[in-house]
Amino acid sequence: MDLATLLPFVVNVIAGGLVLGFVYAIIALGYTMVYGVLQLINFAHSEVFVTGAVVGFEVFRVLEANPMNGYLKLLIALLAAMLVSGLLNVTIERLAYRPLRNAPRLVPLITAIGVSLILQDVLRLIEGFQGRFDLTYTLPGGFSGKFCGEGSSCVALGDTLRSIGLDLQLKDVILIVVSLLSLAVLNYLVNRTRLGKAIRAVAQDRVTAGLMGIDSNRMISATFLIGGALGGISGVLFGMKFGTVNAYSGFDPGIIAFTAAVLGGIGSIPGAVLGGLALGVIQNLIGVTNIFGGLLGIANLESIDASYQRIGAFIVLVLILIFKPTGLLGKSNVEKV
Amino acid sequence: MTAPLILDVQHLTKTFGGLTAVNDVTFGVPQGGIISVIGPNGAGKTTFFNLITGIYSPDRGSVRLAGRELIGLRPDQVAAAGIARTFQNIRLFSSMTAEENIMVGRHSRLKASFLDAVLHTRGFHASEREARETARIMLDFVGLGKWRGELATNLPYGDQRKLEIARALATTPKLILLDEPAAGMNPRETEDLKALIRSIRDDLGVTVVLIEHDMRLVMTLSENITVLDYGTKISEGLPHQVRNDPAVMEAYLGRGAAAGDYGKEAR
Repeated sequence: MDLATLLPFVVNVIAGGLVLGFVYAIIALGYTMVYGVLQLINFAHSEVFVTGAVVGFEVFRVLEANPMNGYLKLLIALLAAMLVSGLLNVTIERLAYRPLRNAPRLVPLITAIGVSLILQDVLRLIEGFQGRFDLTYTLPGGFSGKFCGEGSSCVALGDTLRSIGLDLQLKDVILIVVSLLSLAVLNYLVNRTRLGKAIRAVAQDRVTAGLMGIDSNRMISATFLIGGALGGISGVLFGMKFGTVNAYSGFDPGIIAFTAAVLGGIGSIPGAVLGGLALGVIQNLIGVTNIFGGLLGIANLESIDASYQRIGAFIVLVLILIFKPTGLLGKSNVEKV
Repeated sequence: MTAPLILDVQHLTKTFGGLTAVNDVTFGVPQGGIISVIGPNGAGKTTFFNLITGIYSPDRGSVRLAGRELIGLRPDQVAAAGIARTFQNIRLFSSMTAEENIMVGRHSRLKASFLDAVLHTRGFHASEREARETARIMLDFVGLGKWRGELATNLPYGDQRKLEIARALATTPKLILLDEPAAGMNPRETEDLKALIRSIRDDLGVTVVLIEHDMRLVMTLSENITVLDYGTKISEGLPHQVRNDPAVMEAYLGRGAAAGDYGKEAR
């Protein structure tokens, strides 16, 4: 067992983990932003995310025969998913959470779970009417191929990636680029605009923000819109990466992204990104523990395979809750008076 | 009092369960005045401010700002109508910088929509510039220019109080409500504060109402004083009139003590 064989393998496992981690990170942002303004875990966010995946599927399906550029199709899919998921999230808040604004915190939490279940079946019904259950993405040609295969226009970059042993598909690279762009726009929106300042003000102290002339309901709606739009983006990316989604696909990534938000410190935007990336990598590493076991000759490890991946997220969740309940980048509770 | 009333409160009443926190209080603030509301702890002073600013809605009564009824408006609408306030326990946005805190106060006055921010329109740039400029002016006005980029939570206590005042002023109010601005300040800081409050009225033309326990500050600064006890207005008048009102001494010191000297500091 020499380092020369192990290293490229580990690098690829980590790279794959980061790709997955970006999807989790974008989903986790939806949880953490809503938590930031309302201290509510929006369990319906996993369905807001799946709705984005379904919208993405529909766009690619309708445009399948259309000769337009693949990237244009992707852009349309992303925009449509952002719009639908964003508006869905705003509607959920308006109808289900706002009337319970002053209720004990457990009440909206249970409501969120209820909304989540309702949306799952509404989605299943909508696709079921058309005789579909599992929705398989029809991606534009080339998206699923090796990144920069022979004869494509970016051979040099593809060769560079391959020379350092990175085995990524074009869609993985697209996923990373879209994620980074989303993060950059979000960072700008939250930290550099007056909308962002107003949202942060509402998150820190809703009463005082109101006395400064900020309509907190509008800012809460804006937060749900942004969080939902991010959910839509992550849905399309998830659908592209895994190829097939159905109405119930939100649960797993939803719960892992929620764990990521807690890991990073719920309410913290950089924390959600860090937590998502960390969980993506951890999950991928667990998935190949058996291979490591084989390489290292440790027989006991060989039975730990990809089916243990989900456990990894929850082990992390339990450890975080025991040892650092505020998360990696979370602040301890500010005293409120 | 010849100046017209900028704030006209009539028969304001608020009960919490069986407790009447504010009981039939009528209260007028002349345009350009500096008015104090005093009273023992638990007299209902802060509740009174919360009613005016729309945080609580009263059971009865009316609050008019320059003739416009405020009851029924949300706090952000009251702020838009022209009332700003500070808090007894400081409520800054602690993880924002001093400048950002003031910009939040300023933004409610500026017209730039969500789309403007996303699309980066010229209006958006202008409003950002304006907000930043206001923040600079306000920080200098309260003497905190050097703290511009510092997180609010890192400022010294007395300066946090001043920053809260600057943030309130950034909403360009007609009237500012200061809830115990001198609490926790040393005599020197209190003197600075007194000058600042005068300057708010004289230089910015903003009418001031303050709740305060520091009697030396209240007596030297106020043009008129209203005294609350158990939610009821028990006295009102010029500082020397209130100072010598037996009902006030009784409220602070208890029955029978009214004959004694009413000290500078009454807590």
